[in-house]
Amino acid sequence: MPQNEYIERFTKQHGKRLDHEERTRKKLAREAHNASSKSQNLRGLRAKLYQQKRHKEKIQMKKAIKQQEEKNVKGAEDTGPSTTPKPAYLLDRGKETNAKALSSAIKNKRAEKAAKFSVPLPKVRGISEEEMFKVVKTGKKTAKKSWKRMITKPTFVGPDFTRRPVKYERFIRPMGLRYKKANVTHPELGVTVQLPIISVKKNPQNPMYTQLGVLTKGTIIEVNVSELGLVTAGGKVVWGRWAQVTNNPEHDGCLNAVLLV
Amino acid sequence: MATVLPPPSKRQKTAAAAKAREPVTAPTPPPEASVRVQFRDSDTNASQGPVVSVSLADLRPNNLSLLLNSLLGRTDPSERLPYRFLNPLGDGEFSQEKVIQAYLDGVATTELQLDIPCRAEAVFKVKAVTRCSASISGHGEAILATAFSLATSSRLATGSGDKTARIWDCETGTPVHTLKGHTGWVLAVAWSPDDGILATGSMDNTVRLWDPVKGTPLGGALKGHTKWITSISWEPYHLREPGRPRLASASKDYTIRVWDAVSQHTDMALTGHKGNVSCVKWGGAGLIYSASHDRTVKIWDSKSGTLVQTLNAHAHWVNHLALSTDFVLRTGFYDYKGKSTVPETTEGKRKKAKERYDAATAGAGGIERLVTASDDCTMYLWEPSRSTKPLQRMVGHQKQVNHVTFSPDGALIASAGFDNHIKLWSASDGKFLSTLRGHVAPVYQCAFSPDCRLLVSASKDTTLKAWDVRTGTLKENLPGHEDEVFAVDWAPDGERVGSGGQDKAVKIWRN
Repeated sequence: MPQNEYIERFTKQHGKRLDHEERTRKKLAREAHNASSKSQNLRGLRAKLYQQKRHKEKIQMKKAIKQQEEKNVKGAEDTGPSTTPKPAYLLDRGKETNAKALSSAIKNKRAEKAAKFSVPLPKVRGISEEEMFKVVKTGKKTAKKSWKRMITKPTFVGPDFTRRPVKYERFIRPMGLRYKKANVTHPELGVTVQLPIISVKKNPQNPMYTQLGVLTKGTIIEVNVSELGLVTAGGKVVWGRWAQVTNNPEHDGCLNAVLLV
Repeated sequence: MATVLPPPSKRQKTAAAAKAREPVTAPTPPPEASVRVQFRDSDTNASQGPVVSVSLADLRPNNLSLLLNSLLGRTDPSERLPYRFLNPLGDGEFSQEKVIQAYLDGVATTELQLDIPCRAEAVFKVKAVTRCSASISGHGEAILATAFSLATSSRLATGSGDKTARIWDCETGTPVHTLKGHTGWVLAVAWSPDDGILATGSMDNTVRLWDPVKGTPLGGALKGHTKWITSISWEPYHLREPGRPRLASASKDYTIRVWDAVSQHTDMALTGHKGNVSCVKWGGAGLIYSASHDRTVKIWDSKSGTLVQTLNAHAHWVNHLALSTDFVLRTGFYDYKGKSTVPETTEGKRKKAKERYDAATAGAGGIERLVTASDDCTMYLWEPSRSTKPLQRMVGHQKQVNHVTFSPDGALIASAGFDNHIKLWSASDGKFLSTLRGHVAPVYQCAFSPDCRLLVSASKDTTLKAWDVRTGTLKENLPGHEDEVFAVDWAPDGERVGSGGQDKAVKIWRN
């Protein structure tokens, strides 16, 4: 269990307060009143900051509403000039989802059997250990021997990772630099989907970085594609598929990757 | 010196000791009592043979089968029919243990007579398909429809998105004819019940007729529809006027057209639907059934073209409908022996087709049943000639039901839905029997084997699966297609299964 999830752990063990639902409902119901009174009554810097915050919230809200409306649009499109042949029973059933397009494209690519071992980024810049690790010098003994390292690059840490006791912990992977999701692009279709990372398969810099889950440009990661609904030739749902990191996550603050097909 | 075995471990020793301590009990012998047995037909409840006295020890299905055959006077081994017995005291299969247990528990007594429901099964047995015998490429686009020839399983017709229909030789896995002429995707293919004409319906709003032996078109396109053709159904052989075969085609333009295949003219246009007509079936009693996206099922008279009935119950599109006599109407005078038992004269053929139709409807009292599948996730079972009210509403699917079919003997209904499941229902009362789980994506179509013991289903998850209907379990998983499978058909003689889909290859499966 990650160490910051103590509240979730507590609720799992003991459950919630008996009046939890009631309290959340009331809190939610009061929210509008609170917001209104604050925006009317705050003065000076506080009012400014509050309006800023409110402005951002409203933008998000409008985006969400717009998305929802797009989702709700009934598919009244004319299927006549569709390019892919479909049987009569599927003709009036709206258009293909992105996932399906992904699936067929991957299969077509497989059939070609071309470029099996090539990856989109064949070469990467070497990263030295000095750049990768910062020596931790806190405490008397640690400073004296300086055996403790902090990783300065983004990492992927699996959900079941528990920190070792501080005394024995040689590598520290900072919480702020951990990633759980990657924006994965399909190279041919240009569709980008945010997918959860399953594991780091290969860091080309150093096998040790692979073990530590360091994410640098050119790293091969495994992403969870189950929500795309891809299936294998044997009719099982494909779960994990490999992708290569295409950006410098330590510079950009996000993780972009391209699917290996 | 020979190697000495190591002494038994403590676990082995305790296990052996525990086994030795256990008292050995002989299995309890079945009670000596005998019971008076009356066999009854499970569909009609008519008694089969006289009441006989059988000892409980002998109540095994194979003994009962032999007994029933001899009671009905079929003493010659070649005449015997296989029988399936159902549990007289509850649901499910007949089992000796259950019956004996009922007597021991006092639920049943030997003083009352025991009515055992039984049903004659097909005399021939279809083996489950297990392997892909041929994967034939040739079509340039996805395959949208398949149909086996009725006379022999060596001919398969497919319609494809490359604007052609093709006829394949399944013995050798080679193409026989390419039927070119359509200018749009071929959405429907149907063999006429005498196997002499192949009809194809297309996205280009026309129906075309072909000679399946020579591979040549019979006349030009049948023009009349203004939108694409969704389904084609031929007039049953026993109803047809000699020398004037007819077919009905349903279209997206809200109409059904009945065509004369010889003169190539529209006989009638059946208008009245207010939505896309998704499916049309020509029944054996001279009625045409059509299902539509306007939520209704309409029944038309095939002689005059008038509307007989409108069945309203569904709350959303009606996707598909099936008749309890579909299989016999499709195969006409061909039975499971194929060409060898076909009568020579037209009159003989008509007589045989009529006989087969009458035999198929005998179980339900001489009338056809109808089942309709809809987007409202339900199905309805109808007896249109008795009442406009549905016999049963069949609920259970979690998503739209796309395809529904009756087993060839008319005893079961299988429904395939977009919720990845296939469900089996009893056709006599629409009761739910079992769910066949295994597909991981929507199931598009399913087809029964001609002996009703197996079912094959085609799915978006690229596999076909063969199911054992009686136990409701997966019999064979048939991976092999590289993309979703749109169409599947089981040959009327049971030898082969043909399938086609997005991956452009026709696959022939056999045992």
